[in-house]
Amino acid sequence: METPLTHNISPGKEPPDLAQYEKAGGYAALRKALSMSPAEVQAAVKESNLRGRGGAGFPTAQKWSFVPMGDDAPRPKYLVCNADEMEPGTFKDRMLLEGDPHQLIEGIIVSAYAIQADVAYVFLRWAYKLAARRMEESIAEAYRHGYLGKNILGSAYSLGMHLHVSAGRYMCGEETALLNALEGKRANPRTKPPYPQVSGLWGKPTIVNNVETLCNIPHIVKRGAEWFKSLSRSDDGGTKLYGVSGRVKNPGLWELPMGTSMREILEEHAGGMCDGYQFRGLLPGGASTDFVTAEHLDLAMDFDSMKKADSRLGTGTMIVLDDKTCPVGMLLNLEHFFAQESCGWCTPCWSGLSWIEQILQDMEEGRGRASDLEVLESHTRLLGPGHTFCALAPGAAEPLQSGLKYFRDDFERHIHEKRCPWSPT
Amino acid sequence: MTTIHIDNRPYPAKDGENLLQECLSLGFNLPYFCWHPALGSVGACRQCAIKQFKNEEDKHGKIVMACMTAAKDGIRISIDDPEAQDFRASVAEWLMVNHPHDCPVCDEGGECHLQDMTVMNGHVYRRYHGRKRTFHNQDLGPLVNHEMNRCIQCYRCTRFYREYAGGRDLDALVLRNQVYFGRHQDGVLENEFSGNLVEVCPTGVFTDKTLKRHYTRKWDLQTAPSVCVHCGLGCNTIPGERYGTLRRIRNRFNGAVNGYFLCDRGRYGYEFVNSGRRVRQPLLRKNRTQLLQPVSKRAALQHLGELLSGGARVIGIGSPRASIEANFALRTLVGRDQFYLGISERDLRLLASILDILRKGPARTPSLHEVELADAVLVLGEDVANTAPRLGLALRQSVRRQPEKIAKKMGIPLWNDHAVREAMQEEHGPLFIATLANTRIDDIATRTFRGPPAELARLGLAIAHALDPIAPQVPGLSDTAQALAGAIAEKLKAAERPLVISGIGCGDKAVVEAAANVTWALCNMGRPAEFCYVVPECNSLGAMMLGGGSLETALEAMNDAAADILVILENDLYRRADAALVDRLLAAARHIVMIDHIEHTTSAKADMVLPAAAFAEADGTLVNNEGRAQRFFQVFVPRGEIEGDIRGDTPGDIQESWRWMRDIMVVGRGDEGQWSSLDDVTAACAAVIPSLEPILRAAPSAAFRMDGQKIPRESHRYSGRTVMHANVSIHEPEQPQDPDTALAFSMEGYSGHPPPSLIPRFWAPGWNSIQALNKFQDEVGGPLSGGDPGERLIEPTPGKKAAYFENIPAGFEPRVGEWLLLPLHHIFGSEELSILAPGVAELSVQPYLALNPEDASNLGLTDGDEVQLRLRAQADAQVDVKADDSANTTATTAEVFRLPLRFKPELLHGTAGLPAGLTGMGNLAGVALPAWGELKKV
Repeated sequence: METPLTHNISPGKEPPDLAQYEKAGGYAALRKALSMSPAEVQAAVKESNLRGRGGAGFPTAQKWSFVPMGDDAPRPKYLVCNADEMEPGTFKDRMLLEGDPHQLIEGIIVSAYAIQADVAYVFLRWAYKLAARRMEESIAEAYRHGYLGKNILGSAYSLGMHLHVSAGRYMCGEETALLNALEGKRANPRTKPPYPQVSGLWGKPTIVNNVETLCNIPHIVKRGAEWFKSLSRSDDGGTKLYGVSGRVKNPGLWELPMGTSMREILEEHAGGMCDGYQFRGLLPGGASTDFVTAEHLDLAMDFDSMKKADSRLGTGTMIVLDDKTCPVGMLLNLEHFFAQESCGWCTPCWSGLSWIEQILQDMEEGRGRASDLEVLESHTRLLGPGHTFCALAPGAAEPLQSGLKYFRDDFERHIHEKRCPWSPT
Repeated sequence: MTTIHIDNRPYPAKDGENLLQECLSLGFNLPYFCWHPALGSVGACRQCAIKQFKNEEDKHGKIVMACMTAAKDGIRISIDDPEAQDFRASVAEWLMVNHPHDCPVCDEGGECHLQDMTVMNGHVYRRYHGRKRTFHNQDLGPLVNHEMNRCIQCYRCTRFYREYAGGRDLDALVLRNQVYFGRHQDGVLENEFSGNLVEVCPTGVFTDKTLKRHYTRKWDLQTAPSVCVHCGLGCNTIPGERYGTLRRIRNRFNGAVNGYFLCDRGRYGYEFVNSGRRVRQPLLRKNRTQLLQPVSKRAALQHLGELLSGGARVIGIGSPRASIEANFALRTLVGRDQFYLGISERDLRLLASILDILRKGPARTPSLHEVELADAVLVLGEDVANTAPRLGLALRQSVRRQPEKIAKKMGIPLWNDHAVREAMQEEHGPLFIATLANTRIDDIATRTFRGPPAELARLGLAIAHALDPIAPQVPGLSDTAQALAGAIAEKLKAAERPLVISGIGCGDKAVVEAAANVTWALCNMGRPAEFCYVVPECNSLGAMMLGGGSLETALEAMNDAAADILVILENDLYRRADAALVDRLLAAARHIVMIDHIEHTTSAKADMVLPAAAFAEADGTLVNNEGRAQRFFQVFVPRGEIEGDIRGDTPGDIQESWRWMRDIMVVGRGDEGQWSSLDDVTAACAAVIPSLEPILRAAPSAAFRMDGQKIPRESHRYSGRTVMHANVSIHEPEQPQDPDTALAFSMEGYSGHPPPSLIPRFWAPGWNSIQALNKFQDEVGGPLSGGDPGERLIEPTPGKKAAYFENIPAGFEPRVGEWLLLPLHHIFGSEELSILAPGVAELSVQPYLALNPEDASNLGLTDGDEVQLRLRAQADAQVDVKADDSANTTATTAEVFRLPLRFKPELLHGTAGLPAGLTGMGNLAGVALPAWGELKKV
């Protein structure tokens, strides 16, 4: 089984420096890309069926295709790497950033070349201090060796790259809010359309791609679309970084073929539930995806299959709920996070989420009312996609709506018993 | 136009416009918060949710925000769809989660958009049981009150304040349900349009602090359409009165003039009407060693009758702050040849020059709305942010015209506000500002130029020459100025709608002429150029059109033959001209009759003072800088006064100035019954002065009726009419009659929409806030239904070629030991009436003299030191006094002033700045600036 993304990564050790990265075949993809036309690079990515790894799964090449190309395209154009990984339970990009920074840098340069971007930014979560240091050093190294700057490797192509360490908000993971933050504005999302490809950073054509997405690019260019598709067990090409957290024997992160089943990830790689704990459900792709239960575990973890469980692949890093954890408490924890991270722009989000949090808090503290369930349920509808300005609140509604569906008894017990059944007193 | 389907019925709509605007224009009651017709759409509040369907077969549809969806041909939407209705009700519910239950004691109550929308949404039952969030409220200064707990986070305040008005010290802070709209710390809001927050805020976060100090329920206010008297732009206002005092000013939308916004001087200057310096009773003294004593109206008039009998020689001095009718009545009383305008010779010549330029053509003057459409602007000599603030706000919009093309090219509709701003970034269209000192709109300028008037004029003339070689060439121009002139000429030439702004603010005729040359040069090249001259007062242009001599010529006339009676209309002459000149003018009259609403230096020297009605107590016509005649209407009948108490049951002695003139004519000449109502005066004026004939159409006459009824000044909810004076008398006072207008001092009358010039308040069923205005426009955001009020008096002939002014001033040469004193205007302080409002007074600058630090250090002075100023002989200054009068010169030179020094680095070496028109400057108030003076360390 090939693991191109994590091939160079040895957890706990320093990442490969530029010489080691080159020795392992690094920057060959860039040399190859520079011998191709930007359109050819885009075509190769299109053929690979690479879908964005940030959570939404939008086809990467299709995203790129909206960027104006040619001599009369507005300049400068930008490529922004979204490294603001803040989805609860998700730490896949961190591994790539810390473990093999040059792989990401090469991915950014090749992608930037494909859209003929002039400047690239890495928008990094503030808490990733180690990643910040390693990225900074690696970018400087790449500049020194002619992989960045004017006339890269003697070609006509030039690219500047900057590391921006963010101030730390979940909202910045939304690509337009990220762009606002990068411009020094409040991290509020922007209206779409216009899409960033047309009016992005500083009003110029911009592509925002996730770390994992970009890390796939050099491998696709180097080894071809057919090879990339062959890595996958599903229609979506490539491998995927899957993670598991919760009361499992071996929590962690693994690079596996795209479309590996949840059961395989949970039982073979994470070692199954800890002794004395029963599985109740899991959030498959971070906090903003719907719960799945035992009956769904044989589904493949890919973008399309997860829809069958009314859920989403998301970031592919699951959070497991066990029988000794209060589901209402878990949801309170999550909704507290979402309410706190609401940017305060649109009413349903800033007001609705804090109301949800308030109700869950009341339930946990024995003040729940029968009518609260109706309020919660109505919110899962009212915070739906299109009702709010961006996807934050609809994401926050996903675990809540499935939680109400699968764990309704637990909610009702909170209300009837006027206490949290899991609390020690 | 295109067809859209709303709830399965076809309606016409404007292609590409946002659906919220279209639905509102079609008359639908679709609730909204964050959208504003002048600010566009941002999609934040989610209140205007509707259903959109793919086609006729689609029964499911999806929820979209009307404000963020473009009207396209055949689009199918539903407002009544239950899911959309349910969602909209939920938005109201979410907003009410944290909104306090303080409506009964909230200043916004009764005209709160949030109240209206909550009712419209049908949200009635509270399901939230938690605690409400609370905030710290800030002291934002004397004008705007802050109560953050009421906030619904619609972002309108910061969008207006920062993005529309260019303010920097109010921002959205924090996030989630804790977004805080305020300053980084307590303090006066810096932006001069802060008062608009009161109307922009859909609820009671920002309210009128001056109203709070004398609060009354909004529906208990008596209101009438009015016009601002605090500068020459003529913004339309709605003053509100209760119990004989003016309580507040609100914006009265006029699509051609002020649109949705007023400046803070215009909004908050009104309190001069309630000032302790009001004249409320006739005052008389029979000899000048006595003090003025109150007398009855009858006694005053009788005395005047005696003075007038036997063919007394009467001289009249009018005023640019009094209405056309008041000035015309005085002119009629004294006769055309004995009527003077009450301004200095210098100002008269400047204004005459402007009037001549405006009439001559070929360029025309744009309305304020049209200023916003200009795509390249040159400001020559005028500090518009201080002399005509609303014009400065218009320029903040005009610099968007060229960059908007970037958004258009990307296919972004202009209503999609944040997307447009993102596409435009910091791009500004060409705006060149050449002024005496830095201005508050320099931040949006392409280039700025600083210098004394002669240098500004030379720059202007050089631009004109660069555009058209036939225009006179400026000799000895520096290379930098030459290059700048060339660059400005290029931008103006390339524009689709170039505009030149100037005025009399820097007191220099050459500047006024240079601005005309630039505009004409563009016209001669076939460019559709326009110019806009700022005039200082609310009726400067109207008074000029009436005609009359200056104070200097009045003095000459009185030197030739002394006046028995000098009648002065609404004018403090000591603000107009040199104190010595005014002293001599007043000394040359046997009896001085002052008709004014406030006491001042001139009225203190009068033998008789008659209480005139202030703007809110009178009707009349004003002509703004555009040449637009606008009618203002009486808001309330001023009541009598006994020892400081407003006497509610009897009308007082205050009456319109024109009525005083009429009364004087009756007692003095016995010409009974000449004028019985304002219409008579207006008609007489229009008949005598043909250029003023359109003032007849500025508003419907007093005979006008809707369905046989008058238009009520009081809302149908007006309370307490029968008992509001019961503390004085239990008998209900008779309602005052209004013979002058089609408005009634009553809550009874026509309840529908009156003609645009007669709208006393904006209200519609379900719409109690100012946003009821939507119902008074055919197209929301467009002109008032029936046309924006006002009649343009000056329309020059287009296509005509104008002859250039040939006078080229010499370049500025600094003098040894002398400084050229330049007038620096201040929005708060430079205007005579608004400074009597406590809020404005609190924000006013204090007297100072400004120098650049280098000149100051040469004098051994530093910031804050006291400096001694001795004015150079008046005749030697740039003022061109016709009468060679040495007494004048000596008197001025003798006076020495002491002022604190203030650094102003942009002032050129050899020049100094003085605040213009500031009270507390003693006799400096009347000195025509620029003038030369000697400076010395104290």
